[in-house]
Amino acid sequence: MSKYIKDRTSQIVTIGEDQHDLACEKKSVAGSVSQRACVFCGSRVVLYPIADALHLVHGPIGCAAYTWDIRGAMSSGPQLHRLSFSTDLHEKDVVFGGEKKLYSALTELIESYKPEAVFIYSTCIVGVIGDDVEAVARQLTKETGVEVLPVMSEGFKGTKKDGYKAACDALMNLVGTNDDYVPPKYSINILGDFNLAGELWILAEYYKKIGVEIIACLTGDGRVEQVRRCHKASLNVVQCSGSMMHVAKEMKDKYDIPFKKVSYFGIEDMSDALYEVATHFNDPELMAKARALVSEEIAELIPALQPYREKLEGKKAAIYVGGAFKAISLVKALRLLGMQTVVVGSQTGNKDDYKLLQKICDKGTVIVDDSNPNELSDFVKQTGADLFIGGVKERPIAYKLGLGFCDHNHERKEALAGFVGMLNFAKEVYASVCSPVWKFIDKK
Amino acid sequence: MADKIPVLKERKNFVATRNACKVCSPLGGSIAYKGVRGCVPVIHGGQGCATYIRRYLISHYKEPVDIASSNFSEESTIFGGEANLSAAIHNVIAQYKPEVVGVCTTCLSETIGDDIGQALRNYKAANADDPSVPEFVYSSTPSYQGSHMDGFHETVAAITKTFATKVEMNEKVNIFPGFISTEDLRMLKDILEDFGIDYIMVPDYSETLDNPVWDTYHRIPDGGTPVEELKMMGGAKASIEFGPILNKGNLVGRIKNKNLAHTGAEYLEKEFGVKKFTMNVPVGITQSDELFQLLSDISGNEIPKKYSMERGRLIDAYADGHKYVFGKKAVVYGEEDLVIAMTGFLDEIGVEVILAASGGNSGKLKEEIERCAPTHGKSIEVMGDLDYEKINELCIDMKPDLLVGNSKGYYIARELNIPIIRVGFPIHDRMGGSRLKHVAYKGAQELFDKIGNAMMEYKQEHSEVGYKYI
Repeated sequence: MSKYIKDRTSQIVTIGEDQHDLACEKKSVAGSVSQRACVFCGSRVVLYPIADALHLVHGPIGCAAYTWDIRGAMSSGPQLHRLSFSTDLHEKDVVFGGEKKLYSALTELIESYKPEAVFIYSTCIVGVIGDDVEAVARQLTKETGVEVLPVMSEGFKGTKKDGYKAACDALMNLVGTNDDYVPPKYSINILGDFNLAGELWILAEYYKKIGVEIIACLTGDGRVEQVRRCHKASLNVVQCSGSMMHVAKEMKDKYDIPFKKVSYFGIEDMSDALYEVATHFNDPELMAKARALVSEEIAELIPALQPYREKLEGKKAAIYVGGAFKAISLVKALRLLGMQTVVVGSQTGNKDDYKLLQKICDKGTVIVDDSNPNELSDFVKQTGADLFIGGVKERPIAYKLGLGFCDHNHERKEALAGFVGMLNFAKEVYASVCSPVWKFIDKK
Repeated sequence: MADKIPVLKERKNFVATRNACKVCSPLGGSIAYKGVRGCVPVIHGGQGCATYIRRYLISHYKEPVDIASSNFSEESTIFGGEANLSAAIHNVIAQYKPEVVGVCTTCLSETIGDDIGQALRNYKAANADDPSVPEFVYSSTPSYQGSHMDGFHETVAAITKTFATKVEMNEKVNIFPGFISTEDLRMLKDILEDFGIDYIMVPDYSETLDNPVWDTYHRIPDGGTPVEELKMMGGAKASIEFGPILNKGNLVGRIKNKNLAHTGAEYLEKEFGVKKFTMNVPVGITQSDELFQLLSDISGNEIPKKYSMERGRLIDAYADGHKYVFGKKAVVYGEEDLVIAMTGFLDEIGVEVILAASGGNSGKLKEEIERCAPTHGKSIEVMGDLDYEKINELCIDMKPDLLVGNSKGYYIARELNIPIIRVGFPIHDRMGGSRLKHVAYKGAQELFDKIGNAMMEYKQEHSEVGYKYI
């Protein structure tokens, strides 16, 4: 018996040992205990932060219950997104169809909660019984005057990535519906930041300081009105490219808005994110401000990081996150703390991301796509990792084996983006890796 | 400054569920399977079902919870999921070498009509000479029927029906504890052992969902009731099941053959004549006394002194703290059997339960509450099929002094600025959910201290001077 499932070996590469290209963007192998969720999950996490919209999950109760207030995506105003609405389909609805229930549920909710827009998420069962969600949405839009947007996110129709696409399709129906807006001189949209732990507010402050206005963030601290007018921006700045690239590309095609891929994690990438925008607008004043901001921040940050670096120098890290683009930033950020990445993987990375990871990581580093608890626990043991960076599902693997852990996923409570985020990251890594409790765990 | 989470001023019933006070059936089924030794649950449906359920359980238990998925695709949805289920089982065997594979269905696989029994027989036939093929068990757990509790008890019944056989009479006692904490299970096992009772616990996830640290990753956590034991259930001298509701309620829209046994204990009684004792989850003195008396009767042994001492100290604590809790108005919510037990306990310490609420919808909650709460039973507002927003709105009008329930009600308590006593499942915003004690005298002791102290803390914090003695 091989150590790992045979069908998965092409999705694991050890740098310097394996010659094959890392396979990715495949469906998860049945029975592999993948850390991925489903199409619905992809859509739900992307649209969830739109705070003045009503999000209704059309399906049995589980899909809504498991995604109630699931992300730490903060809103500066409305909090409607934090309520979990579901049609809670029962057996008789499955037999006779759920359209009527959907219609009456939404009629009431729209009347009572007066949302700016509604997203209806289709789940597996809706796809099977064939409810015409689009027709119900059209009818409700007509009757209530509130934009009701179907999200075709039936769970079985692909992977989490297809869910991103379904969410982007729904968003694109809203983009461009307010054409009267007059944008400021230097305006951008931020795509793919979800304002976890208030991170968007940190970024917005930076951009404001260099003289750039944000029209809309898709979707962190999101508002329906901002989405409607975001086609007036001069540039789309895309983070979490896995989820938002569709919108960026469509806006390029439809509205001729260029886009740039950036990341806000770590000093290097954060600085580049500001320079890229400044370069785009080709205004020396803007660039000067960006340079001033970066050098000011770095002058403060580097000495502040030093004590943590001293403690963390030479420690090894494992990374397993949703998208591989973020992993690239994390490898660099860890390096800044003197740490080496020995395992790195993601749920939904693409070929380019993984190629870059292979280039920037050291020999012996394990690179993995769509991994599972068995593989991950083996990798961290065999590489002797001291730290695991991941989400809730990876946390118990780390703790069980006596490793430090840093939550870099939906539920993080510490802002990790921006310059201040780099310091928070160092503090969190230090607090976990250097805790005295690990001495009680006998690591063989 | 961010707005508050919107709360409606009008009071009406909605077609939609707003913040569900339940989760779905396969979640309960997976927990039950975790209580069988060497068992890996497989959820036959979309990848998301398994992953969401894992995430939900991991956040409560703070443990690795491996649940496999047959990962439906568009093709399997159209042409049937048997090939995917076989592939999943094959890969689970390769990775985990399980003793048992427990299959939960989902809304998806149920609706397209997959025949799981046949699929498993086919798998066995195709792999007849492979010694690594484990035992199989499957339960029907579509999420459009009932809640996670129905899934839990359906699966407990499926485990019983699958493994229990006609065996010679033995001295064992079957215990069906229902969905209680891992610490509760451990306490219960200690009690049974102290009575000298040889027990078969179904399910026993006390270790599998609450492990010590590991030096290497255990693909399947230790613990759980072994299949050999499960096979002996038919010869046991008695079965004890906690919970008057279990999966006996009217499962919304479900067409159920009323002649079929519903629970594991009912099945054993009907098929093998194993005498069944059903009682409330033993929370508080009255309900725990019933358990201890029953165990004494069944074993023929006196109640061990250890427990009469615990009981004595608990009553002493009730005397010391009674005033701080008397007349306080509580809202209790969660799974029906938990709500019943908790209401019984609160009633016996002088707390006035004003609302007993559940997302479950058995239709039996009211009569059971009246039975277990002699003081206030008749005046308690009892409501099944509720969601948290409805509970929230009722709380605004009812003005309780405290909430008793799982962590999902925290947002309600926060707005009302009153204490919440976290009990049951899930506890997602604190550590130690698996270590919460609810049952027997020790459980009541912990609950009583928590409630009393929460009331004292509230008073102290709202006092103008603060004080150092009570």
